[in-house]
Amino acid sequence: MLFRYRSLASQGVLGLNKRNGDYILKFNPRSLYPLVDDKLKTKRLALQAGIAVPELYGVIETQHDIRRLADIVRDHPEFALKPAHGSAGDGIVVIAGRSAARYRTISGMLLDDGFLAHHLSNAINGQFSLGGVPDVVIVEYMVRFSALFERVSFQGVPDVRVIVFRGYPVMAMVRLPTRISHGKANLHQGAVGAGIDLASGTTLDGVIGTEVVTHHPDTANPVAGVQIPDWDTILEISARCYELTGLGYIGVDIVLDRDLGPLVLELNARPGLAIQIANRQGLLRRLEICEQYADFSAGVEQRIAFAKRAFAHPVGEVLGMDVVM
Amino acid sequence: MNNRHIYILAAVLTALGLSLFFYKSRVLGFPIAPQAQTQIWTIEAAVTFEPGPAAVKATLRIPGLTPGHSLMDENFISRGFGLTTRSAPAGREAQWAVRQANGTQTVYYRALVYRDPNRKAEDTTPAFPEPPQLDEASKIAMEGLIADVRRQSADVASFTAELLRRINQGQADQYIRLFLDRTSTAADRAHLATVLLAGAQIPARVAHGVVLRDRAGVVRPEVLLEVHDGEQWLYFNPATLQQGLPPDFLIWWRGDEGLAQIEGGSDLNVTLAVQQSQLDAIVIAERRAQQLGSHSAEFSLFSLPIATQAVYAVLLMIPIGAVVIMLLRNFIGIKTFGTFMPVLVALSFRETRLLWGLVLFAIIVSMGLLIRFYLEKLRLLLVPRLTCVLTVVVLLMAGLSVLSHRLGIQPGLSIALFPMVIISMTIERMSIVWDERGASEAIQEGVGSLIVAALAYLVMGIVWLEHLIFVFPELLLLVISVTLLIGRYTGYRLLELRRFKAMAPGDDAT
Repeated sequence: MLFRYRSLASQGVLGLNKRNGDYILKFNPRSLYPLVDDKLKTKRLALQAGIAVPELYGVIETQHDIRRLADIVRDHPEFALKPAHGSAGDGIVVIAGRSAARYRTISGMLLDDGFLAHHLSNAINGQFSLGGVPDVVIVEYMVRFSALFERVSFQGVPDVRVIVFRGYPVMAMVRLPTRISHGKANLHQGAVGAGIDLASGTTLDGVIGTEVVTHHPDTANPVAGVQIPDWDTILEISARCYELTGLGYIGVDIVLDRDLGPLVLELNARPGLAIQIANRQGLLRRLEICEQYADFSAGVEQRIAFAKRAFAHPVGEVLGMDVVM
Repeated sequence: MNNRHIYILAAVLTALGLSLFFYKSRVLGFPIAPQAQTQIWTIEAAVTFEPGPAAVKATLRIPGLTPGHSLMDENFISRGFGLTTRSAPAGREAQWAVRQANGTQTVYYRALVYRDPNRKAEDTTPAFPEPPQLDEASKIAMEGLIADVRRQSADVASFTAELLRRINQGQADQYIRLFLDRTSTAADRAHLATVLLAGAQIPARVAHGVVLRDRAGVVRPEVLLEVHDGEQWLYFNPATLQQGLPPDFLIWWRGDEGLAQIEGGSDLNVTLAVQQSQLDAIVIAERRAQQLGSHSAEFSLFSLPIATQAVYAVLLMIPIGAVVIMLLRNFIGIKTFGTFMPVLVALSFRETRLLWGLVLFAIIVSMGLLIRFYLEKLRLLLVPRLTCVLTVVVLLMAGLSVLSHRLGIQPGLSIALFPMVIISMTIERMSIVWDERGASEAIQEGVGSLIVAALAYLVMGIVWLEHLIFVFPELLLLVISVTLLIGRYTGYRLLELRRFKAMAPGDDAT
């Protein structure tokens, strides 16, 4: 047990206690949380800053607004419903089309108006928000994922998670939906998480839960070696999200749209630690490298250049940094 | 805000808590173990006399300076008498007076006495005694005796012991024969010793007292000789020559006078009686704190009404339960529904006992979940649905109580103490987790909550811990400092070691 503890520490693995105590509490001021906890606010901020996000079709704010859903989506047969304060993908419904009077979800389930209205009403009443506070529901553009990912994902939209520490992208992974995760790109629902080499943007082996997988369980294609398109844009967008919010330790969720390229889905002020398992690399080591060698007043380009140099896979001991520099 | 700040704060709180704790336990004698009993004795003097035709005054000597023992409570019981107490050279005196009385009169003095090693004899050194007034023959005999005894002794203690030995020989000793006749009592001999010691310029006095026995009944006063050696009082039993104050000897009064006197009456008779009983050590400690002028007892929880005390006995244990949860969450990494929900469940286990608590909790939550899944179908709005679940939970509890009562299962009745609002919220949270993350996660978190609640219950139920926290609430300062220190623990949690096992180099696939 003690041996495992030491070996994790020597790998620079970040634990929950340390993430909370030394990073979130230190670099994420509570007052800035609303900017990321409310997806509507994040979306508006991003639009102002010229960062691409899925188009907003409308907002359902009250019980009364639920009837307006049909109007909002009249010209958009495909759309996504998201509680603005939902966490970990809870309460998200993605509609991929219609069959007669019913809505068809991305996983092929048919929902009638009544079910959707009930779901929206639950969401407005705060069933999916932290602490159960009343919420609003965002109706937005449904992302169409690039064909590139078809080989390694089952339905749904894969998304890229980048951990950004004080403006520096430090670690990234792609989350690939599986049958078990019901097409959701959510690791604790059973999606595959695959690490990404920050320098090249190619994927590494993946994990499901805590188990390492080399092939996607549904498509049986190898997970590693996929080149993420527009990788430099993704890095740039993530790095700019630091200036957007001022939060020092965030997870940026980005989707790749077939037509529109990378879009920011949401930001997370308490990003999970599973990304370390997906990369099989400790996050703490990278954060320490950043704290030791990075210039936190640098511009976006320098920051990305630093990240690509310092965090090319695999990242070695902290002591070896002089060579990398 | 660096760690040193926290360390200093934690150290200060710990020092504060511990020093209060030690003061109360060591100096004031608050018991560390639960249900500690202290022996106490009820001493009683019954004074009977026949009043004369006119005013009557009865004087009783009562204990004042009692080394090794303390008085807790004094009562004077009499009907129609005026009462005064005052200090006299022989100790304290109580005087009953009445202008007119008919028939045999009895007045009582009653006191509670407990052993108190901190109580010492007064430390003022008495003046050298006046040489006794004796006729020429006696004086010569005394001087001869003193010279004799002095030759065979080294200090005050051995001088006294030798003198008492000579006195005890009585008629057989050539000098003593002059002072004592055949019918001398122990008191007479002790008195003679004080006279002879005065001749040798050693302050001495006769102390009368009773032996505090463990069986109830009448006791006779016994005599001790107190001798001052220039620094402290020494005690001698004039009959056995034993030196030192017996631990169960309560000094009642001093001097050569009797225990009681009467003016204007006759047939004076005093009976002393002793009865032993047990008293909660806490009561004695409070009493001692009062005597020492400490306010710690006045401001302690014991000054509250009993019902309120019972509430605080439970409330003070909540932080302990919270500490258990903190350890399990931050060191082990167990997931629970709600941060402190398990503490509240653990509190309700106090009434139901653990096994029944677990069973009842599982029954209610699983039935509530069934109802909740049914309500989900009806597509109720959130708050009405919660209200509905809450109502169903209350009905379930009532039903279970009635059912278990019919079946004669007693613990089912105490189910009413379950925190039903918390249970309703737990059901709601659990069903959402069930929907969103699957049944296994929901059951895992539910079982985790129950395990934590059971552990918290077991820790909160440790009797001596409960006693300790209630008698010494300042120990909660230690809890705060532990919390402060753990609040800065940024190491791994136990379950994280398993979670990140793919990253340990030994079993790394890459």
